This record gives sequence, structure tokens and C-alpha cells, in this order.
Amino acid sequence: MTRTPTKTRPARSKEVVTFSSYCSKRARRIEAIVRSFTAICCVGVVVLVVFLLGYLFIRGVGSLSWSFIFDAPKDRMTAGGIWPAIVGTLWLIGLVSAFALPVGIATGIYLAEIAGQSRPVRMLRIAIANMAGVPSVVYGLFGYAAFSLALGFGKSLLAMGLTLSCVTLPVVITATEEALRQIPKEQRQAAMALGCTRARTLGKIVLPTALPGIITGAILGLSRAAAETAPILFTGVAFFAPVATNVTQPSMALPYHLYIMATQPTTPAPHIVWGTALVLTGMLSITNAGIATWRSYKRRKLQW
Amino acid sequence: MVTTEPAGSFDISNLSVSYGSEAALTGVSFYIEPRRVTALIGPSGCGKSTLLRCFNRMNDALDNVKVEGLIALNGSDINAKSVDSVSLRMYVGQVFQRPNPFPLSIYDNVAFGPRTQGIRKREQLDELVIDSLKKAALYDEVKNSLKKHAFELSGGQQQRLCIARALATKPGVLLMDEPCSALDPISTGMIESTVEQLKESVTIVIVTHNMQQASRISDTTAFLLRESIDEPAQLIEVTDTTTMFTQPSDQRTENYITGRFG
Amino acid sequence: MNTPAKTRTARTCDAAATLVITVLGWTAIFVLIAIAGFLVHSSLRALDEVGIWSMIAGSDWFPTSSNARFGFLPAQIGSAWVTIVALSTCVPVGVFAAIYLSEFASTRFREVAKAVIEFMATIPSVVFGLIGLSVLVPLIREHLPVDSGLIGLSAGLVVGIVCLPTIISISEDALRSVPRELRQGSFALGNTRWQTAYKVVLPAASSGVFAAVMLGLGRAIGETMVVLMLAGNAGIIPTSPLEAARTMTGTIAQETGEVVRGGLHFSVLFTLGLVLFVITFVINLIADLVLERSRKKWSR
Repeated sequence: MTRTPTKTRPARSKEVVTFSSYCSKRARRIEAIVRSFTAICCVGVVVLVVFLLGYLFIRGVGSLSWSFIFDAPKDRMTAGGIWPAIVGTLWLIGLVSAFALPVGIATGIYLAEIAGQSRPVRMLRIAIANMAGVPSVVYGLFGYAAFSLALGFGKSLLAMGLTLSCVTLPVVITATEEALRQIPKEQRQAAMALGCTRARTLGKIVLPTALPGIITGAILGLSRAAAETAPILFTGVAFFAPVATNVTQPSMALPYHLYIMATQPTTPAPHIVWGTALVLTGMLSITNAGIATWRSYKRRKLQW
Repeated sequence: MVTTEPAGSFDISNLSVSYGSEAALTGVSFYIEPRRVTALIGPSGCGKSTLLRCFNRMNDALDNVKVEGLIALNGSDINAKSVDSVSLRMYVGQVFQRPNPFPLSIYDNVAFGPRTQGIRKREQLDELVIDSLKKAALYDEVKNSLKKHAFELSGGQQQRLCIARALATKPGVLLMDEPCSALDPISTGMIESTVEQLKESVTIVIVTHNMQQASRISDTTAFLLRESIDEPAQLIEVTDTTTMFTQPSDQRTENYITGRFG
Repeated sequence: MNTPAKTRTARTCDAAATLVITVLGWTAIFVLIAIAGFLVHSSLRALDEVGIWSMIAGSDWFPTSSNARFGFLPAQIGSAWVTIVALSTCVPVGVFAAIYLSEFASTRFREVAKAVIEFMATIPSVVFGLIGLSVLVPLIREHLPVDSGLIGLSAGLVVGIVCLPTIISISEDALRSVPRELRQGSFALGNTRWQTAYKVVLPAASSGVFAAVMLGLGRAIGETMVVLMLAGNAGIIPTSPLEAARTMTGTIAQETGEVVRGGLHFSVLFTLGLVLFVITFVINLIADLVLERSRKKWSR
């Protein structure tokens, strides 16, 4: 302890204090205010979502039971369950998977891999971006005129499924294209330099790598289809119908059931309303949480 | 088939490349000898990579690229109608600037090319994979972990994996586009010694911005230059590497080389 | 080299696959053309018998009386009030939240918040409507001088919530796509985060944030179920958001199921749909062109 280098240190810290005067007090105060204000907005939104879900859960969990899910409505819709509506929504998801997924994924592949940048292709892109913004009730009108009336499908699951497929299409297209664009072009060049045709490059390298993204997009599209009410209002949704057995029948569906039960002049059975809301939101939440977890796991494995 | 053919030679005459209306490269003529290493050097933007992409017709995939002139591989025109770009690329392999392994296992990466050629037999694939990894000087490091994901390898190992992948189709020519530009000096050294050994069996055309590298590994050097931005790039000089670096015949070559060696 | 026969098969497969994908790829545009086509076709009778201007500028909506009047003004003004309320709440909140996420938040908080907001976008709008009915409407009835809580204000507030995820995620994308070098340059000059945000980042991302607002606007005008459940649906021209309103989307949703197919009322409702389609199309087109321009700015 004969030499004491520590003695010189206090002088240095004095210098540091003089630096802080370079940033004015006012700027610091504004920084602090803006930071907390924007934080309140952001945290507020997150808290709102948590509140919505919590509220929904508390109001709805009491109505959940085996018979609520697996029974048909009884006593003029004041008792019983929602099974026909669940089946109707599952039918719709199936139909949308059959129509919208192949076309949507193919369009995404076309835009990302084949189309290039010509003028008609730019028009196609703009058209697809705009399809996403068409109000869902306008899809309802279109589906009614095109599928129910012009093609003669009437009020049926088929007409509803086709209408919802149109609603879902832009979601699937955008997600597929986005997933394919994530893949570095070096990967495609490498495959081509090894003598792969475009189809083989796509099938062996590009699509398998983009699959988690494409599947996520597909699920997102399907959950959109399951959540929509307006497009099915005129194309075949029913206040009450038995469990649908084929696509030519009208059918109940969860979001419409929720809407119609919630807006009756006197609400005779609030437990049905909240139970339906919880089942619908729960179905979507579980699927989305699952797919998000799966994808982030896949993504961690695949770092470019 | 591949084995009976002579190792690849390129005879390029009066080659010009343009992107849309802009000419990128003009009047290039020279001969690339089989089983030798030819280096393409020149300042950036001088069309080295453009020229390289002509040799396996990777320019086909780009929009509005026009290639004129004759490129004869082993005596026949590669741009002829009867030549299929897909089979051309199996004979003319390429290694890129940055390592770009597929998101597959080490084994599947190397076996990718042969599988594309339709080879399915397990023993044959095993033999090809091991042989190619050995040629790329990677085998000893990965022989116990061929099932490992390629992304777990280091950058230098990934680049040697890409070399092995390109060798597995038994090419006669290997194109290398600045293969060491993203690598550390030790990995660069390993790749250079790999190239040294490879030229016994394949013709190598390598683009490099590093003149020491060109002088270390190549037998022949070609110098390309774009003299002003309004003009397309040209081939200034092609000679034996030693001559090029000791007594270049063209003043511009000398300026470039001495400037860089400065 | 390779056997020509094998590569020929590969070539044929390649060409076939490309063809199929290209054909499917273009069917998307047919859907949009078909939407426009069917809307126009079904509107023809109304356009002919009532006329487009007397619909757009007509102030009375009595579709079922013997002397039927088909004026869209009540619906258009109803939509306008709901949209104004919605945007004036969700634009500031959404943009500020996006600024927090991109400029201030820790990586961890950002990931959690983005996941929550992404999830929010999947909640069905009927569920928002239901919660609005049971939480917001009683509140409004208690605290404001209105008879019923089913007014433009309640619908607008909930529509604002529905639009939040769109506005937040698109503005956040726009803010984050501003290159890091720009921020670092500003920090290096001694600017605080907020000074950097409003002097450098926001001007650079302005077109993206504008596009986010436009897309939010399109969403708000097009929202159907929330307004159907909360706006009160009175067929008069509302003079403030404190009155019951009926929007364009609400009118279509409520009446289309009950009218005679091919009748004049039916055709008028399709015209209303056509007007809605054109409005949202223009809004989205503007957003899209602006977005494309802003994307070009930073991609090299």
C-alpha cells in the first residue's frame, strides 16, 4: 500500500460530471415524459388485451360443461349446448382449407418465385393488397350474389365456405410470399448451380425451409375464416339448424350464434352467450399460441 | 460419361454481356486450359463475376441479360439450343462468395447434387459423399458427425462443405466466385491448399480481388478492367501468372498490380 | 454430361409445375374482378331507377314505405362519425405505442408485446362487440347524458380497439425499417432517444406511418359486426357521436338478408356495397402506393 493509485481517481469522476451538462435538463425531462407516455400507451394496449381475455374467461367459464359443448340448443335456444355451431365452424374451416389454401399458397409461390416485376404482376400485387382491405360485409354481398344466387348453391355451407375462402385468400397469399422471401437467394443459386430445375429447387430446398412460415400463414387465414360473421350472414348461416351432414345444408356457426344470442331484445340466456364467446376465442387462442410457439422453436433452429 | 470426357476447357471468343441496354462486358476472347487454375482479377465492377456466370449460364435466371459471342466447352458451344443449362451446371460446378449450405445435414448437402442426377443407391451415395468431403479437405473434421446440421459448422468449414457439394456431381470445371472473401486467414489457407490439390482433376476458374491469392494459386491470370463508367469492361491481358505479376505487357495491368502491391 | 432424356423429363415437370402455379396465381385477380362485377351487375337496376346522385346525396332512408326513399346520407354520416371517433382514439394510442416499441422498449418486452398485439388481431370482432355491450355501454349510459348507450361513440371506441393491431404493427414495421445507421448518427451527435425519434426516425418513416393510418381507416369504415351491435342503428342523420347511428356496413348487414331478391331495395343495397367497395379500394390503393414507395426508399 505504499503506492496509492486510487488517489488519482476522484479527479476523473469530476470530469464525467461535466459531460452531463452537454445534454440539457429540458431534453432529459422531455425524454422522460415521452418515454413514460408512450410506455403507458403500449402497456395500456397489452393490459387491455389481458383484461378482455380475463373478463371473457371469468364470465364464460361457468357455462362450460361437457353437455354445453356436445349438446344441441334446447327450450327455444335458452338451454342446451352449441354443438351444431361448433360443427358448422369446423365444416367452414375444412371448406376454406380445401379452396383457399391451394390457391393462396400457389399464388404466394407464383409471386415470390416466378412472377418477377412486370407491369401486370404489379397490378396483381395491388389487387391482392386491396382484396385484404375489402370490408367483410362486401364479401358477404358478393358471396350472396355469386355463390348463393348465380351459381345456385343457395343458403348452404358450400356458399359460406366459398365466400370465406375469398376473405381468407389474401391472408394466405401474403403470408406465403413473405415466408418464401425470407429465404436467401444464395440458397436458390446454390441449388441451380448444382443442376436443379426451378421446380426441384422449390420442392427440395425452398418450400421445406419456408414451411413453418407458410403453415403459420395458413392457420392465421383459417382462424380469420372461423372468426368472421359478416360474410356468412346472407350465404347460409342459420339461427338454428341441426348438425350439418353435407355441404348443401345451411348451418349454425359460432360467431353468428354469439352475435344473434347477444343481440336478442331480451337476453334470456347470458350463460350461452358468454360460453360461446369463450369457446370461440379459446379455440382461436389455443391454435394461435400453439403455432407461434412451434414457429419460434423452428426459427431458433434455423438461423441464417 | 463424365469420366471419359477430357477435363473441361473453355474457348471464349468475342463474348459480350449486356444488362438491358447497358453493356457490361465486351469483346472478351481467351482460352482456359484444362486442369489448370485460372484467376480473374480486376477492380470491383469490372465484370469478373458476370463473366464467371456465363460459364454455367447462371445469367439465364436473371431478367434481361443478353449474352453474345461464343463460349465453347470442350469444343462445343454451351449456348447452343441443344445444350440444356441444367445438365451444363452439373458439369460446371460453382462455389459462391458466401458459404451457402442448405439447411440440411452435412451428408444431405453433399448428396444433394448426385440425388438430383438420379443416384439413389446408398453405397454409391456414401462413396461419393466421402470422396467429395476428402477432396475438399473436410472429411477428417466431420467424419463422425455426417448427420449434423450444416449450420453448426464454422464459416470456413461451411465453405469447404460447399466445395464438397459442388464436387459431388463430378464436375469437369469448378467456378469459384471470391470463395474466401468472407473467411478468416486460416480458413482461406485451407481452401487455397484444397484448390491446389483439386486442379489435378478439375479445371478451376476463380474470381478474386486479392492479388496475392491470385499469384499464390493460379497458373494463368486474366485481368479485366472497366476504364470509365460509360464503357463496358474489357479483357486487358491474359498470361501465365508469373509473367503477369513480374512483367505485365500492358501499362494498365502494371498500374493495377503495382498500385495494389504498393 | 447428363443423359438428355432425364433432363428432358425434369424440364417437362418444371414447365408443368410453373404453368399450374401461374394459372392458380392469377385466379386471385379474378376474385377481385368478380367482386366488382357482381356488385355492379346487381346495382344496375338501382342505378337506372333511382340514380347514383340521388342515392349518394339523398338524406332520407325509407326503403320499405310505399313512397320509398333511398338516400345514403344517414348511413354515410353514421359511418363518418364512427370512423372519426375510432381514428381519433386509435391513431394516437397506436402510433405512440409503436414509437415505444421501436425506440424505447427492451427486446424482451417488445417480443411479448408484439405477440400479444398479434394475438389481439385474431380475436373475432363479435367478441369485441359483446364485451362492448356488457362493459362500455353501461358505463356510457351512466356517465353521459344519453338515453341508451347504443350510440356512435360506443361503436367508435370499440372499432378503435379493433383497428389498434393494424395500426401498431404496420407503424412499428415502418419505424424499425429505418436503418440503424441513421439512429446511430443522431445518437453520436448527442441527441436523446426522443429527439432522434422525432427528428430522424419519424420523418424517415412518415410514409409508412401514414399508410398504417390509411389501412386503419379502411378497417374502421369496413367494420361491420361491432357497429351492428353497438351503434344503435337509427335511420336518421346523426348530428353528433352521442346519437344513435347506422353505418353503411350496418345497413347492408341488417337489411340484405330480409329483402326480396332482385327487387329495387335489394339492388340499392348492392349499390351501397359498391360505394363502400370503391371508398375502401381508394383508401387501400393510396396506402399501398405509399407503402411501396417507402419500402423502395430503404431497400437497396
